[in-house]
Amino acid sequence: MREMIVSELSQALREIARGFAHLLPRVIVMLILASAGWVIAYAAKAVLRSILRLVKFDKLSENAGATQLLTRAALPSATELLCRFVFWVAWLGFILLGVSVLGIMGLQEQIARFFLFLPRLFVAVFIMFLGLLAASFFSRAALLAAVNANVPSPRVLSLAIRSMIIVFVLSIVFEELGLAEQTMLVAFGIAFGAMMLGLAIAFGMGGRDLARRFLEKKFVRGTKEENEDDLSPL
Amino acid sequence: METTAHRAASQKHAAVLRTEMKLAEENFLTDDFLRQLINVGEVDILVGLPTHNNAKTIGSIVQAIQRGILRGFPRERAVIINPDGGSRDGTPALVTEVSIGDSRPTSNLHALRTFHSISTKYASSPASDVALRTILAAAEVLRAKACVVLSPESANIEPEWLSKLLGPIYRDGFDLVTPTYRRHKFEGLLITNLLYPMTRALYGLRVREAYSPEFGFSGPLGSQFLEQNVWNDAANGAGVELRFTLSAIAGKYRIGQSFLGEKDSAGRRGADLVLALRQTAGALFSALEPGFPAWSVATGSQPIPTTGTDQEVILAPLRVNRRRLREMFSTGVAELGSVFASILSLSTLAELQRIARLGEDEFHYPAELWVRTVYELAASYRKSVISRDHIVQALAPLFRGRACTFLMENRNASAGEVENSIEGLCIEFERLKPYLLQMWE
Repeated sequence: MREMIVSELSQALREIARGFAHLLPRVIVMLILASAGWVIAYAAKAVLRSILRLVKFDKLSENAGATQLLTRAALPSATELLCRFVFWVAWLGFILLGVSVLGIMGLQEQIARFFLFLPRLFVAVFIMFLGLLAASFFSRAALLAAVNANVPSPRVLSLAIRSMIIVFVLSIVFEELGLAEQTMLVAFGIAFGAMMLGLAIAFGMGGRDLARRFLEKKFVRGTKEENEDDLSPL
Repeated sequence: METTAHRAASQKHAAVLRTEMKLAEENFLTDDFLRQLINVGEVDILVGLPTHNNAKTIGSIVQAIQRGILRGFPRERAVIINPDGGSRDGTPALVTEVSIGDSRPTSNLHALRTFHSISTKYASSPASDVALRTILAAAEVLRAKACVVLSPESANIEPEWLSKLLGPIYRDGFDLVTPTYRRHKFEGLLITNLLYPMTRALYGLRVREAYSPEFGFSGPLGSQFLEQNVWNDAANGAGVELRFTLSAIAGKYRIGQSFLGEKDSAGRRGADLVLALRQTAGALFSALEPGFPAWSVATGSQPIPTTGTDQEVILAPLRVNRRRLREMFSTGVAELGSVFASILSLSTLAELQRIARLGEDEFHYPAELWVRTVYELAASYRKSVISRDHIVQALAPLFRGRACTFLMENRNASAGEVENSIEGLCIEFERLKPYLLQMWE
């Protein structure tokens, strides 16, 4: 009986030792991959930071209105954030590559899915940035045009345009990421429709006088309003 | 000696041939237009008349031009070049149909040389830069010695304008002649409060009307500007006439000015202020970067030779809604705070916000603050802190504030006092030039 126990125990220990001997090189490979990945990710981060500083990415981000959003959320600058993002994505990629070497069943499929997801994540980030840039540009253009045309509440108009573009961009981003596509589609439809209805009602209720004045100014001749346009600036 | 002259003539001929080939290769001038130009041969005087739906006035303008040629240049070969921006009212036909004989019964004058009118459609919509380029290219092909550009918007063109704009070029060797006008003390505020003082302070020359639809220029100056690579950039379209003047100043060409008489502002009233700002401030700001070597070294300012008076002011009463100007300024400063925060210094913005809160009687936008504002906008334009066009648009409410102060200050002012006020502003622009240079670096 005692011999049997010792035999089973020693066999189990041998199995463990064999398994460990089988796993150890893979763990070492994983650690090497993770270390090499850290070095490569760090180098990529440094190179990217130099490039972004060279092209004045922070200024671009400021123009896009992204810097204000980041400051409000107590996050670092856009350059730093993007560098960190690239660093972690690159390092995580190497770590997962290393984990896949371990040959753990089920994990490999998840890792493959993660790598397939990466390009979509990059495209989504790119779309988001361009969207913020477009939202900032068009809302500023609307604000300036409204102020110069003496339209009442120019900031509301500008904010409405900015919100519409951001909502539109967010729906594209979520669709690109494949997250809650149906929910986002319905949410976008509701939000956009509500915004349009709200604007129409607001213009109809609050802008009656404005519309009347605009139409009178445009089509009714005779009583010419005295304003600075009676002078030629040139 | 004869060989040297012959060689110089050959070199000049070769250069002209190269330019003609280049123009043809660029496919810029149509074959038909080039053929018509070649049929004309060489000319002494070229009159550029860009049009767009000007059928109502163009007949009398062409006749005034012809009378001007007959009176001032009867022995010279002359041509009218009419680049048309897609008129649908038959304007080009009216330009080419008016014959030289139509002017003779009233003038009793006779041209001793040839006189032609050529029209070409350069686009289906008007573009001042393309129109000017067409005129410059035609002048190059025809080897015109002196050229003048006139605007069909100026309904009061007189035959004497041609002698006044062309004479100094054709007879006295000037390269550019800009006009001066008689106008109401409150007309042309963008010229008197921004363009003239800033151009004068930066480039050191007192050119009263650096941006004008009427000006005369020599063949060499036209060729030099034509060769500059400014034509393919759409952003350079607005205010090309100003770029032309600044290019002449930077190139140290001989510049003069002639008094033309009253400025007809009827067609310009109600003009879009933002468009006017793009044509003047926008063009000036964008010219500062390539022109930095020229303007950064200029100090003080010098008067330029002037035929006639350099400025006449009409003092007739004119009712202007100053309250609306001030309100639009205050609203602009309040609403555009985020835009101004990215293009103006904190101290300037704080000062603007302070005066925006002042009541109607206390409101005052001082010259020094106005100059600092304009210089900071120019520096921001160069750095492209936001869209350049947005920077120019942001100037509109600020200009309204400055215009309001100018109107209040000069409400009961005499011609001399108005001139003193403009001179004071010019000196302020000159005094603060180092501030712009400091921001530039």
